[in-house]
Amino acid sequence: MRFLFERDTWQEVYDSLTKNKLRSALTMVGVWWGILLLIGLLGSARGLENSFNRLFGSFATNSVFVWAQSTSKPFKGFQEGRLVQLKISDAKKIEENVDGIEFVVPRNQSQALVVHKFLSGTFGVNGDYPLLDKVQKKKMIQGRFINQTDIDEKRKVVVISEEIYKQLFDKDAEMIGEYIQLNGMNFKVVGMFENGNQNMGPTSDMHIPFTTFQQIYNMGENIGWMMITGKPEYDISQIEADAKLILRNLNKVHPEDNRAFGSFNLGKEFAKVTGFLTGMQFLTWFVGIATLIAGVFAIGNILLITVKERTKEIGVRRALGATPFEIKRQIVVEAVFITILAGLFGIISGGWILIALDAAFGHGDEAVIVNASVSISVVFVALIILIILGTLIGLIPAFKATSIKPIEALREE
Amino acid sequence: MLKINKIHKSYPIGDSSLHVLKGIDLSVEAGEMVAIMGSSGSGKSTLLNIIGMLDEADEGDYILDNVPIKNLTEKKAAIYRNKFLGFIFQSFNLINYKNALDNVALPLYYQGLKRKERIEKGLYHLEKVGLKNWAHHLPNELSGGQKQRVAIARALAANPKLLLADEPTGALDTKTSHEIMDFIQSLNDEGKTILMVTHEEDIAQMCKRIVRLKDGVIIEDVFVEQVRASQYV
Repeated sequence: MRFLFERDTWQEVYDSLTKNKLRSALTMVGVWWGILLLIGLLGSARGLENSFNRLFGSFATNSVFVWAQSTSKPFKGFQEGRLVQLKISDAKKIEENVDGIEFVVPRNQSQALVVHKFLSGTFGVNGDYPLLDKVQKKKMIQGRFINQTDIDEKRKVVVISEEIYKQLFDKDAEMIGEYIQLNGMNFKVVGMFENGNQNMGPTSDMHIPFTTFQQIYNMGENIGWMMITGKPEYDISQIEADAKLILRNLNKVHPEDNRAFGSFNLGKEFAKVTGFLTGMQFLTWFVGIATLIAGVFAIGNILLITVKERTKEIGVRRALGATPFEIKRQIVVEAVFITILAGLFGIISGGWILIALDAAFGHGDEAVIVNASVSISVVFVALIILIILGTLIGLIPAFKATSIKPIEALREE
Repeated sequence: MLKINKIHKSYPIGDSSLHVLKGIDLSVEAGEMVAIMGSSGSGKSTLLNIIGMLDEADEGDYILDNVPIKNLTEKKAAIYRNKFLGFIFQSFNLINYKNALDNVALPLYYQGLKRKERIEKGLYHLEKVGLKNWAHHLPNELSGGQKQRVAIARALAANPKLLLADEPTGALDTKTSHEIMDFIQSLNDEGKTILMVTHEEDIAQMCKRIVRLKDGVIIEDVFVEQVRASQYV
């Protein structure tokens, strides 16, 4: 491999490539375009993936939300159209009887008029267990989330969103330990969380302990809805089906009544999106590599023509003592070099495209493509593919060059 | 120096074959200057190509500097060519995108010499042919005579035992031809063995020995009184 580090090898490459600059440049277009596509598309796909991840980001993705609606079939003496009510015991039964459950989080939700000093507003209030933080990650800016003691002692504490803080508090005012009024009752603020993405799931402005909620809203054992999270290795669709079956049984609902319990299967939605993204990545690699191969063939083609043109020169070199191996090696080096050079240009201009995409679509809350980028390993894989393809394709003109006997090469005019 | 024995060579033409060389015997001593003459189709170029290891004989022995030349692989042939032989072509065959110096240094590159050494030796040989000041010119900036002198410098660069010239003056006018012949004669005076193919009688007379070929056999092999080219220059 020493020849790779010798000046002469590269001088020869430089000489033969600069001999016809326009042609060398045009030769590179194919590979340049292929790599550009690969980098541009992979980066965009990554950007889309990032934006979806941001959307789902705060949720445990192997989750399903279940709530009760009205029945659609008469059953056991009940008429259709009966409103079903979920109970805490339903949640416990599901947790105990369905395979593969990680947590079941019962929740209650209502609206409350919130007053702080002279400012007020109406916001959603949730009664929650500490477990919620496991299913839907809360990014705490200050303070803490609801804890078990809050639940046990039915404390009047509240965790507020950044948005409420902005609306009800003075700028930079201390709020931990402050009291705010919910429907006329004083609650102590114990924490503030970052507003998550508003597009997924119900809005959650405030969280108070589940037990406190039960008491002040007179809920008894009733719950509004529940979040069920499955263990990663279990199929969330199956869990959803099992849970609903148990719920129908417990609530005297017809086993085939599909309306009685509504649900939103986050895992399924997430799988759809990731499936789409995987498909897109596959397509990108396919298109990119196919274009690359076409580009590399173009290089091979041009080199064949070049070799044909240089038949006599090659004959002279062989008369002067160049071995066939030296001739072949030189042509392969040229092929690989031109491939890599085109590839590098492609990577650089692909990078520019990603920068442009990022500047155009990558900022703000509504960004479609977030942090569009390709990892270094992808770039390396692309380069290695280029080296391999360049070598293989270089072998064709290389063997062509030495297949002509020097005497025939010299005779050619 | 060089000894060939009953060399036969034929080329296939369609179904039949053309018998080009029909048993050539030739031996050349060191320091000789031999002209191989003959009309076109007499086999003179084929003979030169076999001697130059660009082509292989079908039959017969070829011994160059006590080394039997047979069953050559392409690689071995390349190494022998580089070590033993210097080629001068009718159409110069310089590499047109390399300057004079790089052209001259090319055989040294294939010998595996370091760049510095190559430049040194290349310049020495260019100086010898009187073109040191033209070292960095491309071939298309040189006249025909200059090109041939660069080609001769290139042939000399690897210090070969035998110089093979295929119509070295074929593409040159009379005056330039005489200059080139004068130079080749001076090389011979220094002891280089030279073998050239020509069909020009006056050029042949400037060698020391003339071998005439006709239809693949040697019809005449005579030593002649060398005509010095310098008298025409």
